[in-house]
Amino acid sequence: MASVSLNKINKVFGSTHIIKDVDLAIGAGEFVVFVGPSGCGKSTLLRLIAGLESISDGELAIGDRVVNELPPRERGVGMVFQSYALYPHMTVYENMAFGLKLAKTAKETVHERVMATARILQLEELLERKPKALSGGQRQRVAMGRAMAREPRILLFDEPLSNLDASLRVQMRNEIARLHKRLGSTMIYVTHDQVEAMTLADKIVVLNGGRVEQVGSPQELYQRPATKFVAGFIGSPTMNFLPARLLGADAGGCRVGAAGLAELALPHDAAAHAQGAELALGIRPEHLRLAEAPDGEGFEIVNVEYLGNEVYVYLEPKEGDTLLIQRSEAPTQWSVGQRVALAPDPEHVHLFDAHDRALPIGPARAAA
Amino acid sequence: MTSRQLSKLTGRLAFWLLVALVVVIAVFPFYYAVKTSFTPSSELFRVELWPTRATLANYLQIFGQRSFLQAIFNSVVVATSVVFIALLLGITASYALGRVRFRGRTTVLLVILGVSMFPQVAVLSGLFEVIRALNLYNNPGGLILSYTIFTLPFTVWVLTTFMRQLPMELEEAAIMDGATPWITITRVFLPLMWPAMATTGLLAFIAAWNEFLFALTFTLTDGQRTVPVAIALLSGGSAYELPWGPIMAASVVVTVPLVILVIIFQRRIVSGLTAGAVKG
Ligand SMILES: Nc1ncnc2c1ncn2[C@@H]1O[C@H](COP(=O)(O)OP(=O)(O)O)[C@@H](O)[C@H]1O
Ligand SMILES: [Mg+2]
Repeated sequence: MASVSLNKINKVFGSTHIIKDVDLAIGAGEFVVFVGPSGCGKSTLLRLIAGLESISDGELAIGDRVVNELPPRERGVGMVFQSYALYPHMTVYENMAFGLKLAKTAKETVHERVMATARILQLEELLERKPKALSGGQRQRVAMGRAMAREPRILLFDEPLSNLDASLRVQMRNEIARLHKRLGSTMIYVTHDQVEAMTLADKIVVLNGGRVEQVGSPQELYQRPATKFVAGFIGSPTMNFLPARLLGADAGGCRVGAAGLAELALPHDAAAHAQGAELALGIRPEHLRLAEAPDGEGFEIVNVEYLGNEVYVYLEPKEGDTLLIQRSEAPTQWSVGQRVALAPDPEHVHLFDAHDRALPIGPARAAA
Repeated sequence: MTSRQLSKLTGRLAFWLLVALVVVIAVFPFYYAVKTSFTPSSELFRVELWPTRATLANYLQIFGQRSFLQAIFNSVVVATSVVFIALLLGITASYALGRVRFRGRTTVLLVILGVSMFPQVAVLSGLFEVIRALNLYNNPGGLILSYTIFTLPFTVWVLTTFMRQLPMELEEAAIMDGATPWITITRVFLPLMWPAMATTGLLAFIAAWNEFLFALTFTLTDGQRTVPVAIALLSGGSAYELPWGPIMAASVVVTVPLVILVIIFQRRIVSGLTAGAVKG
């Protein structure tokens, strides 16, 4: 168990700047998830922490020791790879014992640790098998066992579940969560799947283009996204965005107009913006309420998806071509072709400025 | 209906005739050598497909010669040393060329390939000087050196392509486990590279075992010769007689181990060669 701190970390490959000024503090025993679209630098950041890539600029500390120049084996980290990368010619036991043997651990200790790890991961029956005789989920567990056997202070996972099918993924996700509770070790987990991030993390780090967009608990990210990117990335189906215009601002909040919507009184502090400024409204699908609208007014329903427990209603937008989505519990009264008016709940509306940054909730309302 | 069956039958017949032809062309010289080796010298020039009076006299004669036994021993020493050295250097070089990124890596690979294009004769005199300077003339060491030089490019190329296909994450897993490059090579890569090693090792062995020109040039005395030279220099009863019987017997004796080796390793050879070819 150890804390990790990243201080203005940068990584440059040749002439491409991949990781840009990343600052991050990870507490001991925390489960941190790096999430972001493919190619945003999640793996690179993880590999910088592991020591598989050299840090171009900045300072990385594990515990209270700067480890920039330390080779991976001296950093006390274990890593689980996306492709598992088990040694194909070794048995499960040998795979888990390899690192311990290389560290010149006493024979009895090696045996003890491997058996203890195997017990935690329920691998005892499989110790004599070679990787090719294992199922995907079993390989996954062996890969975790190999990383855990040396009792590293930090466990790193790079998209460990992406090679598994959907049901196994849910099961392994639960096992990893339980494992973290049981071991209590610091874990850093990379994924592009926001559901994995939301379900596993104590703290989510959203990366975009090599920068940290926002760091926070799953609730914070969901309820108070700091940028339009985070708002769109977290949550499924994604948040609806509507272009809007600032009509007026005062100490208590602001008034905003958007095509097709009645004027909205919102609690956001827009004092820094001029009247008439271009803004974007962000409303999650479950926070849109529909009401019947007379012909020629409101939005047209273009599709209704029935998922059993809930229903998605798709609306034709006034601008752009991304359909608006409304989510409600089944059954629904709406059908394709009807026209509806939108009544967003002001408490659950997000407002973003022209630079995609979220407007804060006004001080008067935030205190209440 | 019947005409279709007929044409199918003739097609099959033609196919097997062709196969038979290929087999005869490929196997006949070897068969004739085996046959000659069992024929007494008095009947050598009678044309027949099957020896009427088989004899082991030729075999007894060559195994009676100390110099021939010595030559076999020399060949075994030279060929196994070449295989061992070439594989050791090949594996380490292929790790560097296949896994370590450095400036000029492609150039090095191309130079290696270029070197292997030179015909033996072209470097013969230069190599002779080198061997004399190293004091390896008339010594198996000189042959080991020169064969290794000619075997290495191929070995390095095959092993490098093979090494490149091993997943990067495997090596990184070993690094995370605390392995040095040497341990990664010996404990993780080597066990996975047996097909490629068997292929290149066997080809290196065959090349060293059969090589004639260097063996003839770089050795002087009977005690240092390898098998191909020893066979060529087998002498008959008089200066005017070529001892075909013993020569053939000796050829068969030195070919059989190769055939056995190839049969043992044949599946590995195929998988080794194609593994390098398909994805490389
Ligand atoms: N060794 C490398 N050399 C050059 N570019 C690299 C290297 N590794 C990664 N990259 C680039 O860095 C970017 C981020 O990669 P990566 O961290 O793997 O993304 P992610 O894991 O978020 O999908 C990609 O554009 C990738 O092409
Ligand atoms: Mg990645």
